[in-house]
Amino acid sequence: MNEARHVKPLVELSGVHFSHGERTIYRDLNLSVPRGKVVAVMGPSGIGKTTLLKLIGGQLRPQQGDIQFDGNSIPKLSRSELYRERERMSMLFQSGALFTDMSVYDNVAFPLREHSALSEELIRSIVLMKLEAVGLRGARDLMPAELSGGMARRAALARAIALDPELIMYDEPFAGQDPISMGMIVKLIKALNDSLGLTSIVVSHDVDEVMSIADYAYIIAEQQVVAKGTPTELRENDSAIVQQFLQGQADGPVPFHYQASDFTSDLLGEC
Amino acid sequence: MIEFIERIGRQVIAAISGIGYAFFILVNALIGKPQFRKSWPLLIQQLYVVGVLSLLIIIVSGLFIGMVLGLQGYTILVDYGAEQSLGPMVALSLLRELGPVVTALLFAGRAGSALTAEIGLMKATEQLSSLEMMAVDPLRRVIAPRFWAGFISMPLLALIFSAVGIYGGYLVGSGWLGVDKGAFWSVMQSTVDWYDDLLNGVIKSVIFAFVVTWIALYKGYNSTPTSAGISAATTSTVVTASLAVLGLDFILTALMFGG
Repeated sequence: MNEARHVKPLVELSGVHFSHGERTIYRDLNLSVPRGKVVAVMGPSGIGKTTLLKLIGGQLRPQQGDIQFDGNSIPKLSRSELYRERERMSMLFQSGALFTDMSVYDNVAFPLREHSALSEELIRSIVLMKLEAVGLRGARDLMPAELSGGMARRAALARAIALDPELIMYDEPFAGQDPISMGMIVKLIKALNDSLGLTSIVVSHDVDEVMSIADYAYIIAEQQVVAKGTPTELRENDSAIVQQFLQGQADGPVPFHYQASDFTSDLLGEC
Repeated sequence: MIEFIERIGRQVIAAISGIGYAFFILVNALIGKPQFRKSWPLLIQQLYVVGVLSLLIIIVSGLFIGMVLGLQGYTILVDYGAEQSLGPMVALSLLRELGPVVTALLFAGRAGSALTAEIGLMKATEQLSSLEMMAVDPLRRVIAPRFWAGFISMPLLALIFSAVGIYGGYLVGSGWLGVDKGAFWSVMQSTVDWYDDLLNGVIKSVIFAFVVTWIALYKGYNSTPTSAGISAATTSTVVTASLAVLGLDFILTALMFGG
């Protein structure tokens, strides 16, 4: 029984259909995240990778299909049950989303103060440990506005791991980072995953970085999973769209041009 | 023609679903098990931001409006030899109308717009989303303390506005224009009724407080999370709240003093 629990994936999406207004984002999406692994979700921008994380976190509900988190169907949970499940997951937002009216220390202490009855003394020890893990113990008294982009993201990461969640979802953790802080974040994601026994979902389009730490990867395009496998398997995949994406070619199955009428007739004002 | 009807239909549906969403926000923010240990410091902080920081504009405006009332009232009343009635005139204008209404308008401009912009920015910077993902309900954590702070502080601000205004009227009427000091206060005391005037004024400002704060919070929470969206939401807060206050004031005055 216990063994079966470990084999079963932590997160499983089956037949998910989601549309935003008239725009269909996902059609029959199937994806599973095994426990203790780093799973990468890649795809061209604008295909709703953040939406995927919001679906798993229950901030959005799919029109069809099911999303299981540790055996619970997220879309079917009541509001209070959903909030209980969310205590076991956390999300690193692209902007960091630190609370701008609190210092770094208070930001990291926030989830602890909200969800635990620990003494301030104990909270202090935990906060300092988390900040040490991301290398920002010295920046505890700074306000979010005083941090660089990379530091803000690391501070947000410390906050995300404050409650020792089982699942961390990273939304574009590498976007807009210089090579040094990119390297730091890559190292942190892998180290946290391995040392804390977390499960991580990394949504990104920085192919090389994310492939270097992922145990398993999905490529999403055209509202579906178009390829999946270990990084090595993906590199050997011969589908045109996978190769276009992995090698960063400007034109291919994903067109360079946004859908438009014929250029010549457009210039001549015929349409 | 059909298009026109369609457009009206769409706008009516949008308006009704907007009202429904505003109710949803308010109900979810306010109903639930109260957690005094966590909510109390948040409420105190918001009372400071929303209430105490609005004091200056309220006191200064109250003083000037009272002084203008004193001047205008005197020039009219003196023609009829009725300058003794300056006290009740100033007091009644302030307690029944100007206190609650002008306070609500100033509050919408000063605190309401700030609430909308703050919540809109929290939404744009994903702070509200991240609260949700940390299993902290933003409605309880962000909206509720701000609502109570507005609801509690605006009636108090209106009373302060009226009190300062009456003193301003006294300064001009008695100190400058020479209305008898004793007459100013004693005629006011015998004319102004506790229930009819003071309590009705307070009821008005409680209702305005509810409406203005609610509009400000709803507009912020429902704003489009872009710079243009937040600026539109802030403007819309001030416009909607001001119009709502003036419209409601007419209805309330008709109900309270009309019969």
